[in-house]
Amino acid sequence: MPDHEFTATVRLQERFPIIDLKGEVNSFAEDALDAAFSQACATGPSAVLLNFEHVTYVNSTGIALIVALLAQARKAHMQLIVAGLSEHYRHVFNITRLADFMTICDDEAGAIAMAAPSKTEN
Amino acid sequence: MTAFTQAIGRLLRRPEAEAVAVEQRQAPGGAIVHPVEIAPNDPILAYLQSNAGAVDIETLSMDSPGLRALRESGMELAVPLINQGELIGLLNLGPRRSEQDYSADDRRLLENLAGQVAPAVLVAQLVQQQEAEARTRERFEQELRVAQIIQQNFLPKEVPDLPGWQLAAYYQPAREVSGDFYDFIALDDGRLGLVIGDVTDKGVPAALVMASTRSVIRAAAQSLSSPGQVLQRVNDLVCPDIPQNMFATCFYCILDPATGRLTYANAGHDLPYLHTPSGVAELHATGMPLGLLPGMSYEEGEVTLRPGESVLFHTDGLVEAHNSEREMFGFPRLMDLVGLYGSQPDLIGRLCGELAAFTDRDREQEDDVTLVTLSRSDGPPADSDLPQLLDEFSIASEPGNERPAIERVADAVRVLALTAPQLERMKTAVGEATMNAMEHGNKYQPDVPVLVRVAVKEGRLCIAISDSSSEPPLPEAQTPDLDAKLAGTETARGWGLFLIQNMVDEVRQSSDGQHHTIELVFNIEGGSDA
Repeated sequence: MPDHEFTATVRLQERFPIIDLKGEVNSFAEDALDAAFSQACATGPSAVLLNFEHVTYVNSTGIALIVALLAQARKAHMQLIVAGLSEHYRHVFNITRLADFMTICDDEAGAIAMAAPSKTEN
Repeated sequence: MTAFTQAIGRLLRRPEAEAVAVEQRQAPGGAIVHPVEIAPNDPILAYLQSNAGAVDIETLSMDSPGLRALRESGMELAVPLINQGELIGLLNLGPRRSEQDYSADDRRLLENLAGQVAPAVLVAQLVQQQEAEARTRERFEQELRVAQIIQQNFLPKEVPDLPGWQLAAYYQPAREVSGDFYDFIALDDGRLGLVIGDVTDKGVPAALVMASTRSVIRAAAQSLSSPGQVLQRVNDLVCPDIPQNMFATCFYCILDPATGRLTYANAGHDLPYLHTPSGVAELHATGMPLGLLPGMSYEEGEVTLRPGESVLFHTDGLVEAHNSEREMFGFPRLMDLVGLYGSQPDLIGRLCGELAAFTDRDREQEDDVTLVTLSRSDGPPADSDLPQLLDEFSIASEPGNERPAIERVADAVRVLALTAPQLERMKTAVGEATMNAMEHGNKYQPDVPVLVRVAVKEGRLCIAISDSSSEPPLPEAQTPDLDAKLAGTETARGWGLFLIQNMVDEVRQSSDGQHHTIELVFNIEGGSDA
């Protein structure tokens, strides 16, 4: 069995939580991704950042997982921000129209700079 | 003076430590005089050498087997033939017919005669010796010619013509032919058997063992498909008949030209070198030489030659060549040269040039030198519409196995130097198509494989991915309704075909009722990124 290591680690930042994704986003990533997203949403933030900087592979199942997270975020009126996508996966997010429903930033610093103020600041 | 010719003998020059024969002929009177053997250490020889005059055999007192033999053969008088202090023969005389003793005049006459005969006898001996040596040389040269004829008649007259591959062979026998051999064997399904070997010993024996070993390999190769089994069979057949202290080393491999897959086994032969863009590696496999012990088994190895990669097969004549300072050419030097020239079409020419520069050009070649190269063409064949297969493989239908498939295809197309965006799109398309084949086509049954075939056709990269589904081709990809997916009225999944469609320049599907194939086509030049 090939190695499908994937980790999703939550960092709670001042403006919004950041989920650092590492490895391959495919069917094996589902549980870890869902758990991290639940943890990130626990405090009811206005936005969640998915950091793809250390993601090596995203397949159609991984796209479906992102769609599911996006659906949850929209239901909770949360902004979903994505950073660190490679040129290729940015292209994939464009053709799938995921980019129409989320904010795509080059990297984490850019995302923080442009993010809306958190609920606690309102 | 008829008594003088009754028995005339001379010493025959023979190699040291051999007995000296005094050859004696039939005397004119009819009496048969038998040859007399005198050992080189017989004291009579030293005595005769130190006495230039005639010697009375009857009265000589000495413990000498030679003396006794002369007496028994009826000799009375011996006159040494001495030339420049060396005893080169004897005039042996039996009794005079008058039955009188030899007079002082007789003895003086004989001694004078001996002094004049000695140089002539020496010349005769030298001529005889040279004739014997010439006959020996002629026999040796004749044997060399026979060995060369045997060997050259059993070597291939030409190398096979394999589209997409280059084969080259070089054989330079030493003067004294040894038992190098190589062979190409056409096998079923277009596969090619390639043999290189070396028989111990030289000359006709080595050539005969080489010829018989080659024949046995040819027969075994046609009935067995595994290189290890072939060598095992050959070893068992050769063992009973091979002369004592002889054996043959042999490397045997089978090439599938369609895939580049090379399976091999080795019977104690020098390891071939594989040249790839990442360096030089030995094709390693262990096994005993042929003909030493029956019942041996042979380890097998396998490698896939990618376009631009090559293998050098060689015998020990190259690496064991010496220069004038007795330094050996050696494996490290050869490995370095393969690394340097392995990608060039004339690797053999380069190696021969290096060998000539290393050794003294006037020096006689020590051993046969045999080199065979096998190279896979680099890139699509020029001006050819024939498809060029870059790789073909199967994978088990297990979740996650699309990743190794992606990596293997990426490795196979490395030679095409795709742009980074092209490569990424190709990876995504291959991953999705492979997942579809494993999941929907083969229902993730691990023992039902997905077949992947990577080829270049008419300047386009074509990757065919086949599963064992008998269902009709998949419907044309529709753009997924993301709004519906986000609203929860449609499953979040269903992106695979859409991604494939957007990654490739063309997608084709076909089915033969037992297999469903999706072919991903990419323009190598002028693609959407170009």
